[in-house]
Amino acid sequence: MDSKQLYQEVILDHNRKPRNWGKLEDATHRSEGVNPLCGDHIWVALKVDGDRIEKIAFEGESCAICKASASMMTTAVKGKTAADAQMLVDHFRAMAVGAEDLETSGRYLGRLTVFAGVRDLPSRVKCAILPWHTLHAALDQQDSTTTEGAADPVALEAQGAPGNA
Amino acid sequence: MTATTARRATGGNERRLVTPLDVERIRADFPILANVRVDGKPLVFLDNAASAQMPQPVIDRLVRYRTWEHANIHRGVHYLSETATAAYEHARGIARRFLNAGEDREVIFTSNCTDGINLVAHGYGRKFIGAGDEIIITHLEHHANIVPWQMLCEEQGARLRIVPVTDAGELILEEYERLFNPRTKFVAITHVSNALGTINPVKAMIATAHRHGVPVLIDGAQAAPHLKLDVRDLDCDFYAITGHKIFGPTGIGVLYGKANLLERMQPFKGGGDMILSVTFEKTTYNHIPHKFEAGTPPIAEAIGLGTAMEYMTGIGHDGIGAHEHALLEYATELLGAIPGVRLIGTAKEKASVLSFYVGDVHPHDVGTILNQEGVAVRTGHHCAQPLMQRFGVPATARASFAFYNTFGEVEVLAAAVRKVQKMFA
Repeated sequence: MDSKQLYQEVILDHNRKPRNWGKLEDATHRSEGVNPLCGDHIWVALKVDGDRIEKIAFEGESCAICKASASMMTTAVKGKTAADAQMLVDHFRAMAVGAEDLETSGRYLGRLTVFAGVRDLPSRVKCAILPWHTLHAALDQQDSTTTEGAADPVALEAQGAPGNA
Repeated sequence: MTATTARRATGGNERRLVTPLDVERIRADFPILANVRVDGKPLVFLDNAASAQMPQPVIDRLVRYRTWEHANIHRGVHYLSETATAAYEHARGIARRFLNAGEDREVIFTSNCTDGINLVAHGYGRKFIGAGDEIIITHLEHHANIVPWQMLCEEQGARLRIVPVTDAGELILEEYERLFNPRTKFVAITHVSNALGTINPVKAMIATAHRHGVPVLIDGAQAAPHLKLDVRDLDCDFYAITGHKIFGPTGIGVLYGKANLLERMQPFKGGGDMILSVTFEKTTYNHIPHKFEAGTPPIAEAIGLGTAMEYMTGIGHDGIGAHEHALLEYATELLGAIPGVRLIGTAKEKASVLSFYVGDVHPHDVGTILNQEGVAVRTGHHCAQPLMQRFGVPATARASFAFYNTFGEVEVLAAAVRKVQKMFA
């Protein structure tokens, strides 16, 4: 898949009209995610009730791939349990770095496989992953995360870190 | 020199595009330009400010050295060592002429421009700059001409002062003059901005600094590909360039320094070749330039850089300047006519670098979509984050043109940018 297929209408649409955009006053979990290499910078906030993600919102400054990924992520995990959301995080990461075949990813991720094209664009992989990485940090009660250094999601995936599919 | 003219229809008006260069003949010297296709489309390489391509004579020179001439230099008495030493020192002479330095011993081979600046920050800075002293740099600097000085300041308790820029990306010279005081000990400024293309009036700025008795380093990484260099006319104290931006290999650069300063400086790195004699009690350092060339240098790369400099001189700086200026004007016109395109950096004096923003589309999206049209541009902060902050953008897309780029390629760029604009409309 090349970049022609990456900028599909669904991605352009979520970039133009991001869903669940904004702040969440009654958030129980929040995290800030930064990709220092390209400047993508987002905030993800959740209201978790019991085990369920009741509300989710995000905002920030980023490229279209990151913003659309965040927007589609919020619609995918809203109403799900934290454990189910974490499972999606794992499959999304695995799909984005090419560690899982697309058919398997598709079973869990559905429409989110529109981002599979980033696996052929190494410089853009982290754009798509950042929101998921930030969601993971929020669920894990970390205030902030970055795509570089010890928390590098691509490196973690390559090492087969525990918790990743 | 052949004059090439092309007629182009732009916005209903026919425009005459003139260049003194035979660009097609020049392009034939650069195999990568014809060899590479991206997604089946011809490569349009507009990332020259990051790293320019090597012409066949440079590639051939590297191969010849490696197949016929290689040995370590300044060591053996045998045939190959003498051959390699002669070729390496011959390249130093070419670099001296390229910079119009007075003597070969004022020309130090470094590994790149960053290395040259660090050499001065260490060799001059740590010896002559102390607590409470001030170093002047500008808001236009590449991180390579910020961080070494910042590290020096931290270590010595000195302070960085910054020359501000206008909205067009030009230095505010009155502010520069106001920064001088008795504590000012060094000035480090870029000749040409890598992110915006602004050509700074460095000759006048050097004269100002000298009136205050302050030495000046010029970061020439982005000037060397475009301008005819003359360190004696500028009267700069140091001038740093890198090889891979002037059609030479990576891993090699040149630092010019005035002999009387280089002699007073401490070495940057200790090791072989930079010494006259060593005992465990005392080491006597070698004469300049060898004092600053510790260890085995990138010999092939230095020789290849010499060939690249001769290649540029062969084309001629007047022709290079005129062609690149025509490309820049044409690109500025075509991109400027696209709705929503904002040009970042509109200085009167500019090298062929065009930084831009398309509507509110993030530059990384611009870069990815341009790539699908075969167009290579740089996207990001260009290692100039303070400058990006000044213009309120996290990053830009940057097209940078070399003498082998064509008017047709400018048109491919403009068409690709229109695609981006339509896709995100």
